[in-house]
Amino acid sequence: MELTIAIAIGVLFGSGVWLILRPRSFQVLTGLLLMSYAVNLFIFIMGQLWVDMPPLTLDDGVPNPRDFADPLPQALVLTAIVIGFATTALYLVLMIGSRGVTGTDHVDGKETGQ
Amino acid sequence: MSLHWSQHLILAPVLLPLLCGTLLILLNESRHQLKFAINFASVLGLLTAAILLMAMTDSGYWQDGIGVYLAANWAAPFGIALVADRLAALMLLLTAVLAGCALLYSMLRWSRIGVHFHSLFQFLLMGINGTFLTHDLFNLFVFFEVMLAASYGLVLHGYNLNRIRAGMQFIAVNLVASLMFLIGIALIYATTGTLNMSDLAQRLADVGEADMVLLKVGAAVLGIAFLIKSAMWPLGFWLPTTYAAASPPVAAMFVLMTKVGTYVILRLWLLLFSGDDGAAAGFGANVLLWGGMATIAFGAVGMLASDKQGKLTGYAAIISSGTLLAVIGLGQQALVTAGLFYLLSSTLAMAAFMLLIELIERSRNPVEAMLALTMEAFEFEETPEQPVGVGMPAALAFLGLSFACCALVITGLPPLSGFIAKFSLFHSLLNGDGGNVAPSSLTLMVLMLLSGLAAIIALMRFGVRTFWASGAVNARLQITEVVPVGLLLLLSVVLTVQAEPIFAYLERISADLQRPELYPGRVLAEPVVPGVVDGGK
Repeated sequence: MELTIAIAIGVLFGSGVWLILRPRSFQVLTGLLLMSYAVNLFIFIMGQLWVDMPPLTLDDGVPNPRDFADPLPQALVLTAIVIGFATTALYLVLMIGSRGVTGTDHVDGKETGQ
Repeated sequence: MSLHWSQHLILAPVLLPLLCGTLLILLNESRHQLKFAINFASVLGLLTAAILLMAMTDSGYWQDGIGVYLAANWAAPFGIALVADRLAALMLLLTAVLAGCALLYSMLRWSRIGVHFHSLFQFLLMGINGTFLTHDLFNLFVFFEVMLAASYGLVLHGYNLNRIRAGMQFIAVNLVASLMFLIGIALIYATTGTLNMSDLAQRLADVGEADMVLLKVGAAVLGIAFLIKSAMWPLGFWLPTTYAAASPPVAAMFVLMTKVGTYVILRLWLLLFSGDDGAAAGFGANVLLWGGMATIAFGAVGMLASDKQGKLTGYAAIISSGTLLAVIGLGQQALVTAGLFYLLSSTLAMAAFMLLIELIERSRNPVEAMLALTMEAFEFEETPEQPVGVGMPAALAFLGLSFACCALVITGLPPLSGFIAKFSLFHSLLNGDGGNVAPSSLTLMVLMLLSGLAAIIALMRFGVRTFWASGAVNARLQITEVVPVGLLLLLSVVLTVQAEPIFAYLERISADLQRPELYPGRVLAEPVVPGVVDGGK
């Protein structure tokens, strides 16, 4: 399980890094998205993987922490997803604006060689 | 039972801009004056709060000069703690002063070239202030994102081709930096199980051998995120383009944003890694020191090479950032004091310069300015068109004088505050370590002198071309544009005249920073308000 998740995160992040180094703004955006997925997964499993364990309990009394997943990474990843989503959406808007003003989707706003 | 009002004051620098910014969204864009009035009132409120916090942290009102606010009444380290200490209060004051000046400057023209300038400005202030106050790593990330989101909007304010191009790079770089930030936080939480800075400092001692490697990786990745913000070489290539493209009041606020990265490094690094013992002690000091020096060199070369005025200030900001990073890397107490003075003086002067440059540009006749440049390039002899003895117009005299003052502070020449800052830096570099001057300190001094020289050459060239060329026409300046520049420079003079009490205050700040054990003692021991949690039952 750990290995699968680790490989998945690595592949996502690696693809993301390759894409943000590309010259087209849509590729950069996709790269940023993939990287943020990888980072979100990374936060989610931080420390260790919990399988089949709830993060919360409704029972009264003192619960045994061994039976529960750490709720903090789940709360953190939620915040990170929201913030990452918002800023990426903002970048998308800018990308469309740039395409409209410059007439090209190159990240520098002009084709190479011009 | 409830908290005393002074305790809630710690939250005011975050809440006030949030409320005002939200209110400003609702108002119609055509009501410029009302929007400006609300914005300015909020900035004045922030100024008052900062002064009050400064007085309270310095007067012994709070034990050890540290005020703690436990958000939602959760005891640290389980909830988020906000901490006001002397350093935070000082930075809040600097933010409020700069914001007031930038806002006044933008009143007549710059706030009207696009929509929602005032809201974004308030959210930017909220993010910056939150960054100074928070004591929790993830909360720091959230405030950073608030600050960055607002700054994305402000870079693009007055949408044109240059700003879009600069914005694309600026936003992409910062999005990647935010991801780095998250990876760093995740690794630190995985190894220590806490995000509270004080708790983290305490738990560092118990981190095992294997986890320590992970923790250091986490801290390094986190550091990269902050170093991108403070534009350390080779992470700072985005800065000159962005500064040159942003509108002047925004660029003035960005000067402060570069210092936010430096502030976080100063705070976290001294809290976590400055101790003499323990496995993590001194981690990354050399990176900060030599990286800072490389940044100074990069900024100096950039200043010499830049032909546009906006880029000139961008590279000047890089030099100042590099100096501060190198100073933090050395980390001695007297040096940090001098570094803080340098931070104050260079931020004020650089912000004034950002505002001033646009006024200077406006006062030049574009065609004639172009001619002056061409003539210089082709070595034409220029015949003076005006007879000798014509008086200098007052506006031009003001611009020239302000430019000279900015240049004096930025280059570190006497008699203004830049000289005192550099002098005290040299003094502590020479006296540190019992009189033995380390080779790294010597290198730093040589680099600072050379960067000063480069700055003098670059600024002189700019000044000669601008004020002694025939291109200058009589500028019409607005009072709201003259006052902020004048005020920022006046503060620089105040820093010079009142250097002694200010240094005494800064010494108390760096003494606090050199005692990292102070913070866990105060923050983790802060009691929750009794009777609130069970009050509903």
